[in-house]
Amino acid sequence: MPISYYLALSAVLFGLGVIGFVFKRNIITIFMSIELMLNAVNLAFIAFGLALGQLQGQVFVFFVIVVAAAEAAVGLAIVIVIARNRQSLNVERINLLKL
Amino acid sequence: MFPPRQDVLRLMPEIILSLSGILLMLIEPFLSGARRTLIVTLAALGSGLALVSTIYPATLPGTAFSGLLRIDGFSVFVHVVVEAVAFLVIIGSADYLDREKIQHGEYYALVLFATVGMCVMAGAAELMTAFVGLETSSISTYILAGYRRDVPRSNESAMKYFLLGSFATAFFLYGIALLYGATGTTQLARMTFPTTPGRERLLDLGLGLMLVGLAFKIAAAPFQLWTPDVYEGAPTPVTALMASGPKAAAFALLLRILATVGAAGTFWFWALWVSAALTMFVGNLAAIAQSNVKRMLAYSSISHAGYILVALAAAAASDQVELGVAAVLYYLAVYALMKLGAFIFVSQLGGESERHMEIDDFRGLAVRQPVAAACFALFLLSLLGLPVTSGFLGKFYIFNAALASRLIWLAVLLAINTVIAAFYYLRVIVVMYMRQPNQTWPPAPMPWAVTFVLSIAAAGTFYLGLFPGRVMALATQAALSLPGR
Repeated sequence: MPISYYLALSAVLFGLGVIGFVFKRNIITIFMSIELMLNAVNLAFIAFGLALGQLQGQVFVFFVIVVAAAEAAVGLAIVIVIARNRQSLNVERINLLKL
Repeated sequence: MFPPRQDVLRLMPEIILSLSGILLMLIEPFLSGARRTLIVTLAALGSGLALVSTIYPATLPGTAFSGLLRIDGFSVFVHVVVEAVAFLVIIGSADYLDREKIQHGEYYALVLFATVGMCVMAGAAELMTAFVGLETSSISTYILAGYRRDVPRSNESAMKYFLLGSFATAFFLYGIALLYGATGTTQLARMTFPTTPGRERLLDLGLGLMLVGLAFKIAAAPFQLWTPDVYEGAPTPVTALMASGPKAAAFALLLRILATVGAAGTFWFWALWVSAALTMFVGNLAAIAQSNVKRMLAYSSISHAGYILVALAAAAASDQVELGVAAVLYYLAVYALMKLGAFIFVSQLGGESERHMEIDDFRGLAVRQPVAAACFALFLLSLLGLPVTSGFLGKFYIFNAALASRLIWLAVLLAINTVIAAFYYLRVIVVMYMRQPNQTWPPAPMPWAVTFVLSIAAAGTFYLGLFPGRVMALATQAALSLPGR
């Protein structure tokens, strides 16, 4: 299969993540959209690594996974604190600070 | 297996910062009683030692760890700025944390870890290293932004910072992936430029995505929307850190990427031009309408990112890159000191639970606390860019670089913006000096730690405003050490 197929899939996934981030209203769903974007990047790294015949592309994915895990830990902790203090996870109701 | 001794020495500041952060977290549970003094002392000692140990990378320039880090004058300059910020923030936070009853060792450990990330960003010569540094600093600051856990505003600030920050990171990362695909490596020095049109497009797209990700981090328009909310909701000493440290590191990373990958393409230049103009106007015009001091300072920090972008555009436009880069570096040092001073001052004046944050709460401060009022007035005047203060010289160098690159219009816009900014900075000074005080609460105490931080920031503001020679020479040297194309 040509490399462009993988890249197209990665671009579509990334785009879906962006759309989810912009239009979804639940913090957890927004967070999942970000994870989707990161995984789209992983796919791109692996595809490029394959095309270039290098192992590096796959190694980078491990870095991304580790960072995404750290991010998830912090993000979910923030979500828990908000759920405790507000009893809601709708971003539209979290508006003490005017945007 | 063990890395060569030189490489370890070049990484000394980061090693010391990480070790003292880990040490703090380890010993904190075993302490009781007089723990506060010990924790603060340890944290301050760690960041102070890191600052001193920057002498190693300064005397041992070169690449380290198989080309992942590049230690040169540029990275050392940013290291010093970032570590000094961490040192001052740690000392300036202690009394605030006592008052809010959130005095824990993790706070200082997180500040130290965030600083490690910023240092790595400053020295990164490889994009994944830069990414890891960026995330180390970002994730630590997400937690710090929500450090007042029981306060809904702080929660909200952390949430917004986290969501928008990770969103921006994803863009940055996708940019890295595309750049890797286009050039076959993530090492900035080894990038060879593609010749086929398809790969060229990949490179342009990748650079664009990275630029978007970094624009979020430095709060450049049109990606600045999160800044006021996050800065207002976060604990004020954390705001002081966020406004000065990560911004300096992100600008350093941006400069390094643009310098090596080449900002020669007209498209990047115009993107920087438009973003600089927009950022200045958005920041300044919105700041006029604010009644909350913290929010006003947040908008002012957006406008300052715009000023620095002017210098960046100047560096991208001409052959004399070093003029623009030196202006950026000088302004970063100037900006970090005055912004940090202003926010630490506000953190002390705000009182318990940050109750007195309205501009009106500052009325008659010159009568109630003359020395403190004079100090705050100094920072505001420096932010405005009055002669004798550092803000003036910083702006002067940016102006100079812009004119040398023939960016006449951008220089004119910069001048117009300085005039607009006068409205809101001077308004606070008028309120402090020309209104009668009628507050019912007692004057805020000025503990020695805060006094110490404010005096250093004030002294630095005067020093950089009166004797620019030494620091400017270092900034120029740093700019020359940046590998260009």
